[in-house]
Amino acid sequence: MRFSFSAMCLLLPLSVNAAESAALPKGQPASFNPDISLILSGSAAHLGNDPEDYTIPGFLLGAETGPGTRGLSLGESELIVSANVDDLFYGQFTAALTPENEMEVEEAFVQTLGLPHGLGLRAGRFFSAIGYLNSQHPHAWDFVDTALAYRALLANQYGDDGVRLSWVAPTDLFVELGGEWLRGENFPAGGAANNGQGAATLFAHLGGDVGASHAWRAGLSLLRARSEGRESGAIDTAPDAFTGDSRVAIADLVWKWSPDGNPRQTNLKLQAEYLWRDEDGEFTADVNSMNGPAVTDAYRATHSGWYAQAVYQFMPQWRAGLRYDQLRAQEIAAGANAALFDTQGHVPRRASVMLDWSRSEFSRLRLQVSRDRSQPDADSQVFVQYIMSLGAHGAHAF
Amino acid sequence: MHVARNAKEYKMKILLSVVILFLSVAPAQAALKVFTCEPEWAALVQELGGTQVTVASATTALQDPHHIEARPSLIAKTRQADLLVCTGAGLEAGWLPPLLRTAGNPKVQPGQPGYFEAASAAALLEVQTRADRAEGDVHPGGNPHLHLDARNIMRVAEQLATRLKQIDPANAAHYAARRADFARRWQTALARWEREAAPLKGMPVVYHHRSWVYLAHWLGLKEVGVLEPKPGLPPTAAHLTQLLTQLKGQPARAIVRSAYEDGRADAWLSERAQIPALVLPYTVGAEGADDLFKLFDITIARLKEPVLSPSTVLRIGQSKEATR
Repeated sequence: MRFSFSAMCLLLPLSVNAAESAALPKGQPASFNPDISLILSGSAAHLGNDPEDYTIPGFLLGAETGPGTRGLSLGESELIVSANVDDLFYGQFTAALTPENEMEVEEAFVQTLGLPHGLGLRAGRFFSAIGYLNSQHPHAWDFVDTALAYRALLANQYGDDGVRLSWVAPTDLFVELGGEWLRGENFPAGGAANNGQGAATLFAHLGGDVGASHAWRAGLSLLRARSEGRESGAIDTAPDAFTGDSRVAIADLVWKWSPDGNPRQTNLKLQAEYLWRDEDGEFTADVNSMNGPAVTDAYRATHSGWYAQAVYQFMPQWRAGLRYDQLRAQEIAAGANAALFDTQGHVPRRASVMLDWSRSEFSRLRLQVSRDRSQPDADSQVFVQYIMSLGAHGAHAF
Repeated sequence: MHVARNAKEYKMKILLSVVILFLSVAPAQAALKVFTCEPEWAALVQELGGTQVTVASATTALQDPHHIEARPSLIAKTRQADLLVCTGAGLEAGWLPPLLRTAGNPKVQPGQPGYFEAASAAALLEVQTRADRAEGDVHPGGNPHLHLDARNIMRVAEQLATRLKQIDPANAAHYAARRADFARRWQTALARWEREAAPLKGMPVVYHHRSWVYLAHWLGLKEVGVLEPKPGLPPTAAHLTQLLTQLKGQPARAIVRSAYEDGRADAWLSERAQIPALVLPYTVGAEGADDLFKLFDITIARLKEPVLSPSTVLRIGQSKEATR
C-alpha cells in the first residue's frame, strides 16, 4: 500500500498539465533561466602577526586556514548558477575564483525534487550538512572569518564529493534526518581512503517557532572520516601527514527573534556551536624532510572548540555583532612527534565585534575588530570588507 | 513479576502509540492541507474550502512578505501541504525556493497541481521592461500586491476553486457550491465597495511602499509620492525632505502604509505636511480585518475618513502613530 502510494507520487510529475501554472501573464518578460548570480568581495585587513606564520599550538591545520591576507586584497569571487533541471531535479553550481586566479569548483550538485515522503537525494560536490555554519558560503557569514573551531577542526568548512539522503518528518515540529557518503578527499578526511569512500556523516535537525516572534533550530551531527596521508601544517613546503580515523561531533543551536516575526526593522540572531574531534592513527612530521628520514609515530588526539555569537539588527540596514571563540587541545599522544603538538599551556581564543551596513539585500559593507589569541602572541586585527551580489535574488536561508 | 509485566505493557503501549502515530500520518487526510504564503490567500482558501480544508499561512499581516526567512517551521508546513497557494511574481523569491527544495514534497513543486500562483490569475501592473537593481528591489514580472484590487480576488477565486476540485475531486460539488456562494457574496460586496468608494476617485495619496497600486487602480486613487526612495529601501531624510517640498505644491489627502511597515517616517511627514497618516490592514489579520470582506470594508472606511473630515482624522492618524 505504501509502495503503491510512493509509486503514484513518482508518476505524478509526468502526468500534470504544467502549462496553466507556469504560464506568464501576457507581455511579461520571462525571468532568467537559470538563475545566475555573482558575488564580489574584497577586504582590507590589518593583522599584527604575519599570517604566513600562523599556527595554533596543539592543532594541526588544514590548507588555506588562517586569518587571511594582510592589506588590501580581493576575496573569493563566487559565481553561482542554479535552476530546476526539469520537474524532478534541481542543479546548482558554485565556482570560487580565487584572488590567485585559480578557479575552484566549490559546489556542483544535483538534487531531487520529486521524491515522495519528505525524502531528498543530492549528488555531486557540496558542503556537508553537519553543523550550522558548515554549509554556509563565506559571503553569508556574519563575520569576515569563520569560527576558530571550524578553522581548526574542519579547515574552515568540510565539503566533498558524494551523495546525501535526507528526510523531513511530516510533523509541525521540523525534524530532518540525513546522512552523507563522501569521497574523503578534504580535511578532516584526506587521500580519498577506502577506494574513494572515505567519509560518512549523520545529522539531525530540529526546529520550530515559539510564538510569532521566535524561531529556532538545533542540530546534532557526526562525521567519520578515514585519512590516507592527509596533509596539514606547512602544506606547500613541509607538509605533515596523517593516516587514520577521525570522528567529529557537532552540536549547534540557532535562535532568532524579531518583533511579531517581522525581521525588517529589527532582529536578533543568537548562534552557538560546539565541535569535538577525536583522531587515532599515525602521524608523519615533515614528509619531504631533507634532514634524515621523516619521523612516523602513533598519534591519538582529542580537540574541541566552541563559539557563541549574537548579531543584532538595531535599525534597517544596520547590524552589530559580537562573537567569542575558544579551542581546547585535550589529550594528545604523538610519541616521537609530541613536540609538534605542544600547546605551550595556551588556551586559543578570540573575541570579535562587527558592524555592517547593507544598502539593499544585495550589498554589504562591514567593519570587524578582533582580539585574536589563537596564538600565544595576541593579535589585534581590523578588517574592512565589502560583499556584493549581482544577478539572481539570493535565498533567505534560516 | 507484577512490576515486570507492567513495564512490558508500558513498552508495548509506547510501541503501539508510535505505530499509530506513523499510521495516522501515512494515509491521505480527510481534510486537504493547504499552505499559503500570505494571509489573504489563506482567507480565500478558507472561503472556498470550508470544512474540507485546513489552512495555514506562512506569513501574518504583521510580517513583510518580501523579507521572510525559510524558517524550519515553514519547511515543516511545506512538507505536509497538499496545496501551496502563493502570490508569485517574485514576491516570495527570497524564501519560497529554499522551502520547496528542502521540504521533499513533490506535490507542491512548481508545475504540479499542488502549486498555485495567484499572479497567474490576474493581469499584473507595472511589468518592467528592464530589470536594473539601481531602481531598487523591483519585480520584473510586475507589482505582486495584486490582491488589493478586490476584482482580482474574484479572478483568483475562480481559478483556485478549479484547482481545489482538481486536487480533491471527491469534494468537487462542495467546492463548486462554496465558489458560487462566495461569488454571489463577493459581487454584492464589490458593488457596495465601489459605491462607497466613489468619493475617493482622484484622491491624491502618498504610499509608504508601492503596495497600493492595485487598490489605486481599482478605486481611482492618485499616487503623488512614495516614502521609499526606491522600492525596498527604507525612507531617507533627504528623500522625505524632498517629498515634503513636493507636497507643499501638490498636496495629498493621506499617507498610507500597511500594518507591517514602520510608521516613523509616515508620522514625520504627516506632522510637517499636515496630511493624515493612515494604517491600512493591507491583508487579513491586521487592524480588525478578520476576513477578506472586512479587509476592504476597513480599507475603504479608513480612506474615506480624511475625505469626510480632514481635521478629525489627522488626530486619529497621529494617535495611531503614538500607540505603535
